[in-house]
Amino acid sequence: MAEATALLEVHDVTKSFGAVAAVQGVSFPLYGGEAHALVGENGAGKSTIVKMLAGVHRPDTGTLRVGDADVDFAGPADAKAAGIAVIYQEPTLFPDLSVAENIAMGNQPLTRLRQIDRKAMHATADRLFARLGVHLDPTRPARGLSIADQQLVEIAKALSSEARVLIMDEPTAALSAVEVDRLFAVVRSLRDEGAAILFISHRFEEITELCERVTIMRDGKHVATEMVADLTVDDMIRRMVGRDLSALFPKQEVTPGEVMLSVENLSREGVFRDISFEVRAGEIVALAGLVGAGRSEVMQAVFGVDPYDSGVVKIRGKRLKSGNPRAAMAAGMALVPEDRRQQGLIMDLSIERNITLPRARKLARLGLLFGGVEKRAAATWAEKLQTKLGKLSDAVGTLSGGNQQKVVLAKWLATAPQLLIVDEPTRGIDVGTKAEVHRLMSSLAADGLAVVMVSSELPEVLGMADRIIVLREGRVAAQISRAEATEESVMYAAMGQEAAA
Amino acid sequence: MTPVATTPPMKNLLKTRELGILLALALLVLYTTINNSRFLSGQSIRDNLLNTAILAVMATGQAVVVITRNIDLSVGSVLGISAWAVATMMSEHQGLPMIVAILVGLAVGAVAGLLNGVLVRYGKVPALVVTLGTLYIYRGITYQWAGGSQVNADKLPAHFLNFANDNLLGIPWLVLIALIVVGGATLVMRNYRVGRELYAMGSSPQAAELAGIKVARNLLGAFLLSGALAGLAGVLFAARFGTVDASAGTGYELNVVAAVVVGGVAVFGGSGTVWGAGLGALLLTVISSALAVLDINQFWQQAIVGALIILAICADRLVAVRIARSLRKRDAHV
Repeated sequence: MAEATALLEVHDVTKSFGAVAAVQGVSFPLYGGEAHALVGENGAGKSTIVKMLAGVHRPDTGTLRVGDADVDFAGPADAKAAGIAVIYQEPTLFPDLSVAENIAMGNQPLTRLRQIDRKAMHATADRLFARLGVHLDPTRPARGLSIADQQLVEIAKALSSEARVLIMDEPTAALSAVEVDRLFAVVRSLRDEGAAILFISHRFEEITELCERVTIMRDGKHVATEMVADLTVDDMIRRMVGRDLSALFPKQEVTPGEVMLSVENLSREGVFRDISFEVRAGEIVALAGLVGAGRSEVMQAVFGVDPYDSGVVKIRGKRLKSGNPRAAMAAGMALVPEDRRQQGLIMDLSIERNITLPRARKLARLGLLFGGVEKRAAATWAEKLQTKLGKLSDAVGTLSGGNQQKVVLAKWLATAPQLLIVDEPTRGIDVGTKAEVHRLMSSLAADGLAVVMVSSELPEVLGMADRIIVLREGRVAAQISRAEATEESVMYAAMGQEAAA
Repeated sequence: MTPVATTPPMKNLLKTRELGILLALALLVLYTTINNSRFLSGQSIRDNLLNTAILAVMATGQAVVVITRNIDLSVGSVLGISAWAVATMMSEHQGLPMIVAILVGLAVGAVAGLLNGVLVRYGKVPALVVTLGTLYIYRGITYQWAGGSQVNADKLPAHFLNFANDNLLGIPWLVLIALIVVGGATLVMRNYRVGRELYAMGSSPQAAELAGIKVARNLLGAFLLSGALAGLAGVLFAARFGTVDASAGTGYELNVVAAVVVGGVAVFGGSGTVWGAGLGALLLTVISSALAVLDINQFWQQAIVGALIILAICADRLVAVRIARSLRKRDAHV
């Protein structure tokens, strides 16, 4: 572990989006021959750091140094040229192009006529896949690859560029344990060849297994950079969270009431199979599992956004028609979707319009909407949820992520639902607002609302849920009560037998 | 590792859209010839190819633009302004060689195309809106310039007019130019980095930015090419028809887009080929001449073209849904 000059150094960088400071004064070095973990809660600013290193964002202040020289990346091409390869959290493939082309894009092998040498390109892809130990046809299009396979193609892409700095933003989220082991073996060999690795993961066992050094971030600020060997996992979590877990997850004890939702043997070919569970009034039920396990898909089918092939969904014992969100809403169901920008809000519309949208028909008089009614209804809810906003007539897009999420919640709570489905309720929200959203969910449940929460954040699942339903590869892997739930029991169920390591 | 079975090339070819167009073309020619044997005479074939040439040149540029998930609606107007500029120039300077006419046409079109590209890229306005605007602007400029007059065949030098009928080794110049343009663009799009980058940009614009592809340069290049080829088409138009006024090429943009879509280029970018678009142009031209030979009312032609476009899009959709379903089943662990 040579502590020579850093291959890449992040020096006192700051980046704001609108009024929200995503990263404030963060510094850390990446040494050659060393794997460096970057940890922090969702929304701590890790992905912003990654995007700055990748040349997607420019730091507002502060500098990036490659070797001894300050660099200013005008775009991703510059970062690539500086020897930085990035594996993003979300795969960024070209669905119409072949797997081999996806890997080679930007540095395809050329023949003497400067044409693309397809044979060499396919051979390279085969070689990289062999190194990763996966079987993928380099000539097939990237369209239709499973998320895990897409992630593997991303990894092969990064390897092919022979970068000196490899940045991996949660590369293991969709991989099985075997694939993770192979990936780590490859990463270790790259590290031993002198590359610098920046590794982001929510799984602490991966960090302690792979990394030598760790940088901890909280709310966009730098907390510490230390050797992994000097820290326990508890130390890391404490510094990451910066407060007691109980304050973050203010769960009120509630005696469950009647059965609100019952799902029986719900199946959709190729997506999920034989899903059965019940949710009672006053209960918070969490759907946990790895990315791609089918959690959101199940709830979208329950709500009627997606179709299902067989099975029954009942609300208070009454069977609900499939594929009909309007009927689901009429029956008292509300869905707060995962991607609030795409599915939850109309960004250019005012806050009040967004809040009253699902109820527009009820608020209308003679088929027309009058501003006054809308405004009053919206003001009531904005106040109840303590939304920080300028004017109700401002566009929703001007709010911070946390406040946007509150507007989505307000929008659906205003319909007075009896069953609330929230998909990743606190993704991309700062810790303070996160606690507020949690408090809100808890008090709603205490008032007799049934809540189904889809979440990837284990602490949130453990802290908020009365019952945890763990999905694995489209099936219910386990149902765990609040008392029995631990990080290990949930992860074990989510990952199956392979997690034994 | 065990070698992964790759699909044999022959099987891939059978699945391509281009083969479907060829089949449709063969059936159409066969049926028309049975009804009227003169349809396959030398003169008839020659007419069809000459009529295809101009459309195919423009379809090439359009295909490249559509592959990047954009569209260029201004090509008809660019043809008009280029045809007018070149016809005026040739009538005033009778001695200028053909190559100058071609270069001027290309240059006029290139400037118009570059302006489209700049507005799309740096104005951050959708191409549909930008090129709809420039469609009217370029046409307006031509009307202003021409002021109601026209250039007649008797004002144009003979070598310019003869170009449309002259051959090289038995192949008319127009057809040769179309073949070179379609073939060259097909090769670049298939085998060169810049071509694959254009496909990548259309397939996922966001991923293209992250991959460090020079998106701005490539996009400007695509629009410049489309404009330049529309300019070239203007020169060929002037040479072939001899009479040019300010309305030359009005409405051509729709034929061009139709040829591209029928030729199997996906309107959402990322897939399709330039030679497919060329075949689309040939198919549309042959349909219209077949209708004349079969003595079917010409009004049907538009309805048939429309039906073909919808058929082409339905075929794309059907294939996409089928592929998605089969991939979903194959990869599912459930």
